[in-house]
Amino acid sequence: MIRFLVRRLLNYVILCFLAVLFTYVLASLTFNPINLLKSHKPPPPAQVIADKIHDLHLDQPIPQRFGTWFWAVLHGNFGDTVYGNAITPDVWERAGVSFRLFLLGTIFAVVLGVLVGVSGAVRQYRFSDYFFTFGSYILIAMPVFVLGTLLKYGATQLNFLTGSDFLQFTGETTPGFTGSFGVELWDRFRHIILPTIAIGLGGAAYYSRYQRNSMLDVLGSDFLRTAAAKGLRRRRVLYRHGLRVALIPMAALFTYGFATMIVGGPFTERIFGWYGMGDWLVTGIQTEDTNLTVTVTLFVAVCVLVSGLLADLAYAALDPRIRI
Amino acid sequence: MSIMLDEDAAARPPTDDRGPAAPRGSSRGSLVWRRLRRNKLAVLGAVIIALLFVAAFTYGWYWPWTYTQSDPTSFLSPPGPDHLFGTDNAGFDMYAQTMRGLQKSLIIGLLVAVLSTAMSAVVGSIAGYFRGWADWLVSAVVDLLLTLPAFLILAVLSPAFRGQTWLLFVLLIAAFNWMITARIVRGMTLTLKEQEFVRAARLMGVPSWRVITRHIFPQMSSLLIVDATVNVGGAILTETSLSYFGFGIQPPDISLGTLIADNTASALTFPWLFFIPAGFLVVTVLAVNLVGDGLRDAFDPNSTRGVRRAERRELRAERRAARAEGRAA
Repeated sequence: MIRFLVRRLLNYVILCFLAVLFTYVLASLTFNPINLLKSHKPPPPAQVIADKIHDLHLDQPIPQRFGTWFWAVLHGNFGDTVYGNAITPDVWERAGVSFRLFLLGTIFAVVLGVLVGVSGAVRQYRFSDYFFTFGSYILIAMPVFVLGTLLKYGATQLNFLTGSDFLQFTGETTPGFTGSFGVELWDRFRHIILPTIAIGLGGAAYYSRYQRNSMLDVLGSDFLRTAAAKGLRRRRVLYRHGLRVALIPMAALFTYGFATMIVGGPFTERIFGWYGMGDWLVTGIQTEDTNLTVTVTLFVAVCVLVSGLLADLAYAALDPRIRI
Repeated sequence: MSIMLDEDAAARPPTDDRGPAAPRGSSRGSLVWRRLRRNKLAVLGAVIIALLFVAAFTYGWYWPWTYTQSDPTSFLSPPGPDHLFGTDNAGFDMYAQTMRGLQKSLIIGLLVAVLSTAMSAVVGSIAGYFRGWADWLVSAVVDLLLTLPAFLILAVLSPAFRGQTWLLFVLLIAAFNWMITARIVRGMTLTLKEQEFVRAARLMGVPSWRVITRHIFPQMSSLLIVDATVNVGGAILTETSLSYFGFGIQPPDISLGTLIADNTASALTFPWLFFIPAGFLVVTVLAVNLVGDGLRDAFDPNSTRGVRRAERRELRAERRAARAEGRAA
């Protein structure tokens, strides 16, 4: 088991490095941060531009630039933005913001997706099955920026109708709001509801379709009939014997669904005013900032690969045939 | 569909000229077609797509406003008789804008789908057929590209195609969208390669490219058709997502993505500006997905769709009885 995990981990670390290298080279080739400086009116003097080129190491070949940057990253320094601000002090805070969003979004998506999928399979062709099927089709066709804006619109209407401000849709906390731990947690909760739904609902719809199919396959299988025949209660048959097997193929989907959710990050963070990694990615590309963009890429690659490792673990835990 | 007829003719026992003619419509192509027609949702999806296409590409003939023409007498007017979908803050007619955006999004979706499916088929079959270093290289590239979301790579590439033709954008979306299908195609090629008819062709000295195009591709035509259909929706979503941040279609071109992005800030105050293009986007992708799922069911030999209604009811009753038994026990 340990050897298998170590081997997978090593494989993932190499992939991570290659992904970062690939993005660094791509970004260095396509980005031209000097254009931004040149577009100032009046244009800055030639010396200023030359200095900037030197500061950003743009006069060096790309492999050398990557080497310098990556060596610094290994020592915990992510370099500077094109405006000369250090990236490192903000990395952990922004990673934390995105991590909270992704963690809650994942839990929401997986739990809701599995519940809806299983209920759809158990109550196949009933009203609830049709209702959730229809809903998931619409959600799969709906990009995060439409869903997020729709939720925001719905929240303003709901708040207006109920005359409260329960649903908050800007930032992680109310600015300047302090209180006891419980009160602050409640404030955070009010802020996190909508972004979690926005980022997780699409994933839930996606998982639920596959969970329904895999549960239907299991429901028709011989071993479930045997379990029922030997006198187990229906609940036990469905959940202990059926669901456990129906969850196995879902483990493989988890990584893919998680990667899709990461793409939802920039939209959710921009729409709900969270300053996380996704927001940084958009800033990085808009200012054509290689260091910033690749730092976010590193975060994304690590997230995708950790989710891959988690999926491997879940697979091993769920499938009794896998004994590594 | 003619490709599939070939394959089926081989599977069917040869009919004798003197014997009774084979029942009409027993070929696989017509079976798929019949199943698809029975699937009401798939038909609905196809009708919606057809309507959207006609409405978007002919709007200049039946609509009084064009997308470049602004109405100085009405700014930000809500949907009404003069402007069916209202106007934006510069007086542009939202119906004309939406149709223009829909044109671009639909054409991008179609082009990307065809290109990326073709790429999956070529790359995947080469990797599976030739093995060796080609296989190693393809697997490595697929692994690498699947580590990073395509959205991120395309966003990083966006400065390179800014100011270029949108066709370059189409090529790039397709270039980062083929990996998963290529992997499936590779796996299928590996098994197909060992089958007798492929071996026979190879032993007869048929060149490799011909074996791939004549014997391997037809075997996975159903996968490729379904994949291309589903990719239309995915490509439209990728295009709109990139355009939302200004990484995709650039002004003066309009797509559903740029329209939605421009009007997001107005969503709370002038909702029609946002929700009309967004609604068209969702309906388009939904319709494409319905057709894709319908096709998948129609191609699936175990599917109960296309079975006569009474038979299906019987099947369902049987399953229910089996379940009830389980419950009683």
